[in-house]
Amino acid sequence: MQNIIEQYNSVAATDVKKWFKAGKTSDFPTDGGACVKYESKQIAVFHFTRISKWYACQNLCPHKLEMVISRGMIGEDEGIPKVACPMHKKTFSLEDGGNLNGDDYKIAVYPVKIEDENVYIGFSD
Amino acid sequence: MEKIIVVGNGMVGYKFCEKLIASPRRKDFELVVFGEEPRSAYDRVHLSEYFSKEQPDELLMAPLSWYHENDIELRTSELIREIRPDQKEVVTYKDEIFSYDRLVLATGSYPFVPPIKGTDKPGVFVYRTIEDLDAMRHYASRLKKEGKTRAVVLGGGLLGLEAANAAKELGMQTDVVEFAPRLMPRQLDDSASNMLESKIKSLGINVHLNKATSEIAGEEGVESLKFSDGSSLKTDMLIISAGIRPRDELAKNAGLKTGERGGVWVDNKMQTSAKDIYAIGEVAFYNGGLYGLVAPGYNMAEVAVEQITGGDKLMIESIDMSTQLKLIGTEVASFGDPFIDNDEVATIVYENKRSGIYKRINVSREGERLLGGILIGDSSDYNNLFQLYINAMKLPENPEDLIIPSKDGKESAVGSALDYPDTAQICSCESVTKGAICGSVESGDCESLGDVIKTTKAATGCGGCKPMVADLVKASLKSMGKEVKETICAHFKFSRQELYDLIKINRIKDYNEALDLFGQGNGCEICKPALASIFSSIYMETANKQVTIQDSNDRFLANIQKNGSYSVVPRVPGGEITPEKLMVLGRVAQKYDLYSKITGGQRIDLFGAQLHQLPHIWRELIDAGFESGHAYGKSLRTVKSCVGSSWCRYGMHESVSFAIQIEERYKGLRSPHKLKGGVSGCIRECAEARGKDFGIIAVESGWNLYVCGNGGATPKHAILLAEQLDDETCIKYIDRFLMYYIRTAPPLTRTAPWLEKLEGGIDYLKDVVVNDSLGIAEELEKEMQELVDKYECEWKQAIEDPEMMKRFKHFVNSDDADDNLEFVPMRDQKKARVWK
Ligand code: SRM
Ligand SMILES: Cc1cc2nc3c(=O)[nH]c(=O)nc-3n(C[C@H](O)[C@H](O)[C@H](O)COP(=O)(O)OP(=O)(O)OC[C@H]3O[C@@H](n4cnc5c(N)ncnc54)[C@H](O)[C@@H]3O)c2cc1C
Ligand code: SF4
Ligand code: FES
Repeated sequence: MQNIIEQYNSVAATDVKKWFKAGKTSDFPTDGGACVKYESKQIAVFHFTRISKWYACQNLCPHKLEMVISRGMIGEDEGIPKVACPMHKKTFSLEDGGNLNGDDYKIAVYPVKIEDENVYIGFSD
Repeated sequence: MEKIIVVGNGMVGYKFCEKLIASPRRKDFELVVFGEEPRSAYDRVHLSEYFSKEQPDELLMAPLSWYHENDIELRTSELIREIRPDQKEVVTYKDEIFSYDRLVLATGSYPFVPPIKGTDKPGVFVYRTIEDLDAMRHYASRLKKEGKTRAVVLGGGLLGLEAANAAKELGMQTDVVEFAPRLMPRQLDDSASNMLESKIKSLGINVHLNKATSEIAGEEGVESLKFSDGSSLKTDMLIISAGIRPRDELAKNAGLKTGERGGVWVDNKMQTSAKDIYAIGEVAFYNGGLYGLVAPGYNMAEVAVEQITGGDKLMIESIDMSTQLKLIGTEVASFGDPFIDNDEVATIVYENKRSGIYKRINVSREGERLLGGILIGDSSDYNNLFQLYINAMKLPENPEDLIIPSKDGKESAVGSALDYPDTAQICSCESVTKGAICGSVESGDCESLGDVIKTTKAATGCGGCKPMVADLVKASLKSMGKEVKETICAHFKFSRQELYDLIKINRIKDYNEALDLFGQGNGCEICKPALASIFSSIYMETANKQVTIQDSNDRFLANIQKNGSYSVVPRVPGGEITPEKLMVLGRVAQKYDLYSKITGGQRIDLFGAQLHQLPHIWRELIDAGFESGHAYGKSLRTVKSCVGSSWCRYGMHESVSFAIQIEERYKGLRSPHKLKGGVSGCIRECAEARGKDFGIIAVESGWNLYVCGNGGATPKHAILLAEQLDDETCIKYIDRFLMYYIRTAPPLTRTAPWLEKLEGGIDYLKDVVVNDSLGIAEELEKEMQELVDKYECEWKQAIEDPEMMKRFKHFVNSDDADDNLEFVPMRDQKKARVWK
């Protein structure tokens, strides 16, 4: 399992080497998320329709190592956009991937850009 | 900067750290903590909950990151082997040497194992650490595979009974063996012990008193216990709970003064006989005694921190040893001096063998003060009696009123927390007084129960005082003219009932509109499902309508399982199913390789379906006439039935027909929490109807209707709402009852806790439902009928609409399945493979 976790490292907008086209904006639910396959990675992409913002993070929940984060409910905690894992409701910031319940878990986050109704996720490899 | 070393990272060692970092002089100290256990301090008091918790982390006092953030060097899995008071050094098991300016010993206790032959055999356990529980669990599951299911607990004290309950929960047939003639000999008198014994036996745990064990016999592992009276008892595993002994070996070897029965001697500054060495918690011998409870340990930690940081707080002289037994399925408490019996004391006893209640209080002759007591079977007054005792408060004129149930069943003579003096200690774990709790509200620092708990730390220990703290907070807020609001989350400053009304009156159609009009911010995982429930309770809209505000299980119309796969539970109304339909379930399960199991709700659960398989599976089921069972929703689950008068020789009415009728009526109905029903054909109650939110039992002249029961963690029997009803009236009352509950209950509150909070209780509910005291009965029935008429199977809806089907795909950009998801074989089926 370790190698699966190690695949996921946050990418800063400035470090993006490749913008991967994940699909059309209409492929994704409003105010919710869906999962995208990129090579061996699974990436959760969220559309915060209310505030017109997009976020992406690893689909792997670091708590039990299951590919489920994209099915979680999104929301906000004192201004921080977050996702709650559907398994045990551990919540993560979609800005920096930090856990918001005070646990040690962290998730990797990726930049997203929208061009011509297409959704792109930024990777550094 | 001074360096403090703490040896032992148990509950008290942890509390020391917590108090030290809160000190204004924190920065003058470097703090290093050694703990022998592999993990950081956890809540040993709730150790038994480990079996029911997801994982050990949930018991931790604080996550590892807390130590880091607070600059505490925590060294787990490091035993201290020696202390050298002259050199001011400690030596670890790896022979590393660390020097200190101040040393705190918080090494706790170890379980005492009596010198009986055979205690070294495999299958003998003690009950103190998470590792002990892991070992027990593994051994028990191995035994069960070999068909062996017997366990014995040696010791019938507080811990022994808790261990017995744990063994029972592991599925073992459990016996308790006690040397003394009574259970919990240090807390209970003979009558109380008798009452407890019969209670425990009724839970399926056998009790053997007056038994001195002389040998533990067995070839490969434990096989039996031999007693000195010549008798013996067969068993497959043994848990020894024969008391604890302080871990004072470090202190003894270093020549520190110790108590007669062990323990590191300390004065009221928690100082040992050696300079700059302190001892706290269970290892400390203070004022002639050792204290095996967490509250005195916490006090000691506070005193030690004060003394080290230059304060002058001293340890209180007499230490209270009141206790409540947890988790054994019956209530037991003892406080003050439970036995005291002399000319100065009058003992008042209430005993009711029928309901299994025994209460004893010891009051001073003049009836002025409460000196101690025992409660068996019903300890609901424990907190209040304890307050009267610990604060030496004046008793009511007839002290017997304190324990004798009043005829009208209403006001208890005990009074309420509001009457206590400000100095009354409400939370004894954290020593928080009533004054501190009310003060935190009155000063404006705190505005809610959550704030108060955060600020004062009240109710963060055993949690027993939480109801009292809640009452005090409520009263303080009220006295300041502030409305006490149970708001659902930071995004909606309304209660669920208020939101229900706002949405209904203003005909709000969706979540965003509600948030724009009545809320703030962007919503969260608490308000979204709460509003989803309200929308469906008002408009009967299914989870397909506002998909992303549904709880994840509703969103995918299935329960997520350990490895991210899902379960499929079709409705089987009343538990009645034709052989043809049974075969359909079998064939579908076979085709998709689903693990099949009969549920506790009289239907069949098929596990291990992948997200993309769900619509295919449901299409086949729907074609065969099945519907969603809503096993994933906060909605009607099942109405269980017994076979009833069609077959059963005792049956009075057709319980199956009625259960089916009712299940069909309320299927799909969403509510603040899940709803379950039951219908039994006679008072033998084979459908367990009284363990349900609404339960119906046939009697000669009709149906008796019971409401507000549940199983689960806090089981409650449903209470009689109305008697001898015909079918039609019975359904009418259930309509009214359910609709009233749906309108008024807070989110995620089942009917039983809802009723508990309802002012006026069951009498009030009867008035509303049966006597129509609010004049809304007709409206409630009408609303329910509308919901019933609008029912639609949401799985059918989903598979017929290509747009809705889009969500049942693991990837948006590929048809591949999740490659991280795996199964492993189990017996003749499969189970989820988990990674962590
Ligand atoms: C499948 C089943 C166990 C089984 O194999 O028998 C089951 C499984 C679950 N139960 Fe249950 N309960 C099942 C019957 C029961 C019963 C027995 C009954 O209904 O007669 C009870 C006690 C009665 C009661 O509810 O009062 C029961 C009391 C609970 C509780 C405690 C509720 C409470 O008020 O304290 C929970 C937790 C909760 O709902 O918050 C729970 C929660 C769960 C959850 C939903 C836990 C979860 O979130 O994953 C399980 C998911 C099922 C799934 O994935 O499909 N389950 N659960 C039973 C499904 C019945 C059905 O046909 O729908
Ligand atoms: C099942 C159970 C139920 C309980 N229920 C209750 C209850 O309901 N109410 C109540 O008040 N109390 C209860 N208790 C008792 C309560 O847990 C203890 O009083 C409390 O944990 C004592 O804290 P402590 O820090 O003194 O000792 P401990 O929690 O035992 O911690 C001592 C720690 O020091 C470590 N240690 C020891 N020697 C060394 C060394 N040389 N080097 C490094 N580390 C060392 C040990 O490994 C241990 O982790 C219960 C206990 C058990 C086991
Ligand atoms: S409850 Fe009555 S009718 Fe139902 S099975 Fe039991 S005995 Fe028969
Ligand atoms: S698996 Fe995500 S919170 Fe437990």
